[in-house]
Amino acid sequence: MTVARAAGTRRPASARLLALLWPALLLICLIPGVLSNLFAPLSAGIAPDTGGRPLWQLTLIHLQLVLGAELIVLLIGVPLAVFVTRPGRAALMRLTETITGLGQTVPTIAILALAVPTLGLGLPPTVLGLVLYGLVPVVSNGIAGLLAVDKGVLDAARGVGMTSRQRLMRVELPLSLPVLMAGIRTSTVYNVGTATIGAALGAGGLGSLIINGLSQQNTGLVLIGAVLAGLLALSLDALLELVAPGGR
Amino acid sequence: MIELQHLEKKYVNETSGEIFYAVKDLSLVFPDGKITALLGPSGCGKTTTLRMINRLIEPTGGQILLDGQDIMAQRPEDLRRQIGYVIQQIGLFPHLSVVQNVATVPDLLGRPRAQTRERARELLELVGLEPGQFADKHPHELSGGQAQRVGVARALAADPPVLLMDEPFGALDPLARDKLQEAFLDIQRRLQKTIVLVTHDIDEALRLGDRVALLTGGELAQFGTPNDLVRHPESEFVRQFLGEDALLRQLAGLTAAQLAQPGDATGLPQISGTLNVRSALSVMLGQRSDALAVLDAHGQVQGVLTWQALEEAG
Repeated sequence: MTVARAAGTRRPASARLLALLWPALLLICLIPGVLSNLFAPLSAGIAPDTGGRPLWQLTLIHLQLVLGAELIVLLIGVPLAVFVTRPGRAALMRLTETITGLGQTVPTIAILALAVPTLGLGLPPTVLGLVLYGLVPVVSNGIAGLLAVDKGVLDAARGVGMTSRQRLMRVELPLSLPVLMAGIRTSTVYNVGTATIGAALGAGGLGSLIINGLSQQNTGLVLIGAVLAGLLALSLDALLELVAPGGR
Repeated sequence: MIELQHLEKKYVNETSGEIFYAVKDLSLVFPDGKITALLGPSGCGKTTTLRMINRLIEPTGGQILLDGQDIMAQRPEDLRRQIGYVIQQIGLFPHLSVVQNVATVPDLLGRPRAQTRERARELLELVGLEPGQFADKHPHELSGGQAQRVGVARALAADPPVLLMDEPFGALDPLARDKLQEAFLDIQRRLQKTIVLVTHDIDEALRLGDRVALLTGGELAQFGTPNDLVRHPESEFVRQFLGEDALLRQLAGLTAAQLAQPGDATGLPQISGTLNVRSALSVMLGQRSDALAVLDAHGQVQGVLTWQALEEAG
């Protein structure tokens, strides 16, 4: 029936295991020397030079970039999904879905290239790209979640005397939360990858390892950046699944 | 007391300009402390009428008075918090526990939490659900009948004088419906609420309603006690709608114990006092006996059900 009921079973133990495993692996890889020694054979025997910055620092910058962008995505995306799903705004909702759908077909690199002339290099164009990209799953899942709330439940909420605001806060948002959270997970994981491109604009983060590695033809360096970004994405995914609501 | 005065709800088709009346010039008084059934075929306007009483639908004409006050004078949310509302799909909030569901309206009214919880547990007991067992369950863990009981408890939580019920027993299987109707009548005998009950089920209307308002095409066909409608149908429509077996339907709403009289029961076929009178009639025909011995819950004879008593009741 409703989405919340679909999540009626208890979270499997494997989810909790993964939420421990991936962050633990990530932390191990951040110990100085672990990755550079592992990939030394790919860098002509010399441990790859990560440009003087410790890996944990690059990872932290990357994480801040992703989470900061995600925060902006939530601040825009959730109110937008709520706004267009209010009664009498069906046309606006379809328009929003079309635009967000279109947004996903435009390559990030194009968005970044278009943003640079106006916003310059560095953080601003990167954050813009991450936000635009991250909005798509949050808005579309937000809309889907709100539309899936059982009509009988909404009628009852009105009938017991909830105001439209109380209906939203007490009934619609809690019931659509599982679907919305899935969108937030998707968008966060996407953006861990997308953020590596931001390094091309000088936003820093794990992408700078990949870009430096490519320009120095240092496969080991590229792999260090890629492995850390991958582990970061997996860790965030597993952790977000763990905090996602459900189980009721 | 709820009073409908020349109530009207019309819809205008925007493209063709055609006017459709869901409810037309409906005047009715729902007496205090009684159950009034709004009965009729689908599309007769019974649900629309019900939903206009708590302003889920706004009328296009006429007015509704609640204890003499025009319901349009208050904010719809405030009005609805004073009126219990039970719907067919039950509409329990799936993310809240049973006790939280029941406490919804008192919570909205800002009553102290501890008091509200206490009251919710009392209400669960009232509707026949053991609070210790059910309070912390979630709606998906309940059977249809249990969920509907919680729905009734939720509607009663703020102790509203008026209860609106839209096909409250419609989604249940016959056995569960029978039990719940019985429990519901029992609760009503104690609480004496003013209840408006929408149903398309003739048996339910005759069994539960102190009054029955039969609607057709948005207009009132007849309003009266179940007996009035069955015995004195005012039109061909009423007679046809209730059917030729209307008398039997009415008998089905009575139990043998209700009609049993003191008398000599020796040698008579025996029936349980909880059996409905229509079934008792069937036993009479089958056993070729014009009287039956009625037993109480302990198997003791509590009286005699005679053919004459049936004639008087039916």
